[in-house]
Amino acid sequence: MKLGIPREVTSEERRVAVVPKTVERLQKMGFDVIVESGAGVAAECSDAKYLEAGGSVVTSAAGVYAEADVVLKVNPPTSSEVEMLRDGQILIGMIWPANQDTLIAELAAKGVTTIAMDCVPRISRAQKLDVLSALANIAGYRAVIEAAHLFGRFFAGQMTAAGRVEPAKVLVIGGGVAGLSAMTTARGLGAIVRGFDTRLAVKEQVESLGADFLVLEFEESGEGEGGYAKVMSEAFLEAEMKLFAEQAIEVDIIVTTAMIPGRDAPVLITSGMVETMKEGSVIVDLAAERGGNCALTVAGKIIEHHGVSIVGYTDLPGRMPSLSSRLYGNALTAMLQEMGGGEDFTVDIDNEIIRGALVTHDHAITWPPPRPDEPTTTTDYAKDFGKRPESESVDVEHTPVIAPAAKKGIMTVVGALAGLALILAIGLWAPTDFTTHFTVFVLACFVGWQVVWAVTPALHTPLMSVTNAISGIIILGGLLHLSDHATGGAVALGLLAVFFATINITGGFFVTRRMLAMFRR
Amino acid sequence: MHWMLDTAIATTAAPVADHAAGNSLVTIAYLVAGVLFILSLAGLSKQETASRGTWYGILGMALALVAAILGPDVTLYGWLAIAIIPAALIGGALAIRVQMTEMPQLVALLHSFVGAAAVLVGFASFLDPHPGMSMAEAIVHEIEVYIGVCVGAITLTGSIIAGLKLHGKISGKPLMLPARHLLNLVAAIVTVLLGVWFVDAAVDVAADAIVIDTLGVTLLIAATVLTGLLGAHMVMAIGGADMPVVVSMLNSYSGWAAAAAGFMLGNDLLIITGALVGSSGAILSLIMCRGMNRSLVSVILGGFGAAEGTKAAPGEGPQGEVIEINAEDTVDYMRAAKSVVIVPGYGMAVAQAQHALADLTKKLRADGVVVRFAIHPVAGRLPGHMNVLLAEAGIPYDIVLEMDEINNDLPDTDVVLVIGANDIVNPGAENDPSSPIAGMPVLQVWKSKMVVVMKRGMATGYAGVENPLFFNDNTRMLFGDAKKSVDEMLAAAPG
Repeated sequence: MKLGIPREVTSEERRVAVVPKTVERLQKMGFDVIVESGAGVAAECSDAKYLEAGGSVVTSAAGVYAEADVVLKVNPPTSSEVEMLRDGQILIGMIWPANQDTLIAELAAKGVTTIAMDCVPRISRAQKLDVLSALANIAGYRAVIEAAHLFGRFFAGQMTAAGRVEPAKVLVIGGGVAGLSAMTTARGLGAIVRGFDTRLAVKEQVESLGADFLVLEFEESGEGEGGYAKVMSEAFLEAEMKLFAEQAIEVDIIVTTAMIPGRDAPVLITSGMVETMKEGSVIVDLAAERGGNCALTVAGKIIEHHGVSIVGYTDLPGRMPSLSSRLYGNALTAMLQEMGGGEDFTVDIDNEIIRGALVTHDHAITWPPPRPDEPTTTTDYAKDFGKRPESESVDVEHTPVIAPAAKKGIMTVVGALAGLALILAIGLWAPTDFTTHFTVFVLACFVGWQVVWAVTPALHTPLMSVTNAISGIIILGGLLHLSDHATGGAVALGLLAVFFATINITGGFFVTRRMLAMFRR
Repeated sequence: MHWMLDTAIATTAAPVADHAAGNSLVTIAYLVAGVLFILSLAGLSKQETASRGTWYGILGMALALVAAILGPDVTLYGWLAIAIIPAALIGGALAIRVQMTEMPQLVALLHSFVGAAAVLVGFASFLDPHPGMSMAEAIVHEIEVYIGVCVGAITLTGSIIAGLKLHGKISGKPLMLPARHLLNLVAAIVTVLLGVWFVDAAVDVAADAIVIDTLGVTLLIAATVLTGLLGAHMVMAIGGADMPVVVSMLNSYSGWAAAAAGFMLGNDLLIITGALVGSSGAILSLIMCRGMNRSLVSVILGGFGAAEGTKAAPGEGPQGEVIEINAEDTVDYMRAAKSVVIVPGYGMAVAQAQHALADLTKKLRADGVVVRFAIHPVAGRLPGHMNVLLAEAGIPYDIVLEMDEINNDLPDTDVVLVIGANDIVNPGAENDPSSPIAGMPVLQVWKSKMVVVMKRGMATGYAGVENPLFFNDNTRMLFGDAKKSVDEMLAAAPG
């Protein structure tokens, strides 16, 4: 199997599908790799390095397309690239089939088998193939770096001899991969970070990064009534916008990452809100490609409005070409592995992952794939807010708890009464000798109870062995019969008891000492 | 010394003066010994004072023995030496040669010795009652003898079965006889009835005398056999993850057996020590039960999960794809991490992986990774078992933490390595009310950034519950023998 890696022809694209390090791994999997000369230059991968890694370099794109069985790309092919593809060839890359109708039609007509890395189903097994998350992670990081570049202050607060610098306040909207990555990065630079997401489930993750999670002041009454989701969503959106308006006045940097699959990005920051922001503030809009979360965003550009910079770059991962290429190449490798590696390479339509990513095959368009299950739309605001898991489990948990608690109370009372009765009986009928011993016994139980609770759990095994040793004190019971007055049977039994108890004493103490000697700091 | 049975000793005879003379000093010695025993247990509250605590215990024991041997009761020194010297050697040899992974068996075995001693002391005390008892005292004494023998017998056979189970000589699976609860109940009732008969036979109220005859001995033997069977059956019905409770329960019983012996002999030191040990075992059982969110009664009744119909039907449990990882990648993740938490379970003990794990820990710590161990209360087959194994491997005890100490830190942990544990890290215990282990406190490893679970295969833990943790997005499975995997990790971590 020959893999071809052409140079990306899209302007401004600095990434390459496979870096030299990946070439090594692909070769181990049984693939030959052909690289177009200069394909990796922008991503700091020279031809020499590809050769060193065992690939072969050809001078023209045409050469790559002619020789390769599988073409690995980053961006969707341009029409000139489609020209070069042939019947039965396999193309793996980012395709974005949702808005590429003509491209898909052309590919299908040509008989190309197209696998879209951006369409890999989001199931656990496919995590290694998840380029979107990998790229979103980079985008989130880069978003904060871009903001820091434009922002005129430190992120971290400082007390310097020249005066105090207050820390920057960063609001990140959306707690997906990109949002969490942005929060981590901003926290790392020392900013005060606030995170917002409609899914309360994200709260924990946001807080674990050291960011504050913003919660809407929002009444959640009437839960469980049918048909409320729609009404809820309007009220919800209103509360949400109010929150953003309040935050806009306060924060210095806003990073927005809210996207809804198959739809335009929701506008969350209005031009009015931008105007209330402090001069010098920065907005980085990761949804710029889909229309932007900010009303003023221009895709691919930085604009300034009322002293606020609004970054609409759509190629944030591409701005870190070497890292992006490496991670992208890893995902490609995982995909090729999934398809059987170099030896058993097949396009297995029954494989859930491959089927999900398959866009064209055998002269037919195979996208969108049939959906086996109801997809979970994680970014759908209203729906998700309506079906928070807490509301479901309420009924299940509460009812049965009360009964055992009450039962336990009754048991306690019964137990106490029984104990009282026993003690009373002893006091009334038992001989004095017995009551004296009984007093000692009860007091010793209490002392034991207090002392043993203080034992650290780490020493519970030594506790058992030392109690074992001291319970060997039963040896006294045997010893007391070893006298001339005792009957022969009693002496024999006493001797046996002494024998067993002695094993306990020596064994217990020895092993305890052995164990305790091991506990070192 | 006289060899006779079928005697009647008149009560209320009072030739006790010669006993009382030397006894004051002995009693004081016993008192000091009792205090030293308490100090010995108190010493175990911290690792720093634990060693001194054991010395207190040894000192107390030596004092009590010297006092008893030099006291007026013991005269047969030759016989004593014959019994005590070989036993001391056997005990020492056992203690020196035992593997730390075999501690549960040893502890169970030692419990059985206390049980055996209690039975023997009970018989001896029946045959050779201390003179000068009033009628009421005689009745109480015979009751004490009977209780002492019964508790001793239960401890004896129960401990032997527990030891065999822990040693793998007999199956660890609970034995479920049909109508086993009824069997136990009948045995208990018969034991009580035998007891009444025994006391009636041993005390002749009309003649105002204690009767020592073959009927009494026979009844006592019958009771020993019956309660012995009861003890064996009870432990047979308990298995797997409930074993720590069983062992600590037997610990408790051995204490009560000693206390019962103390009552029948009128010896306060025995009573005090028995009470200390008894409550210690009871507390340990309680801690273990809380660790599993089960009641002591349900553990004693045995048969985990079979009693209630709460178990989820197969197929209903969490399903999905697990993501595998290899040893090399695991090491890479751990070395890149800031903090790593290792959760050991019984699987680590079985695979004997603790030494390799200690080496790995050393390397990671040398790399500047913060490595800590998280111990669940019921991890292993003995309370505190994991701590002992880790200590044996040379892992410093201050990085070995309890569940409550570490649960809050888990969300900030980069990598959690679960080695040979299953139920104690099952998120189902917290968020699935239908799970058989619902409500059991667990280590919340799933809150960390990444979890690597080392397992032999996809089998369930002792509770037989599916573990949704394995299917989480942030969980990686490292299949294979724990020891082998850790060795591979060591090989992959240079320096």
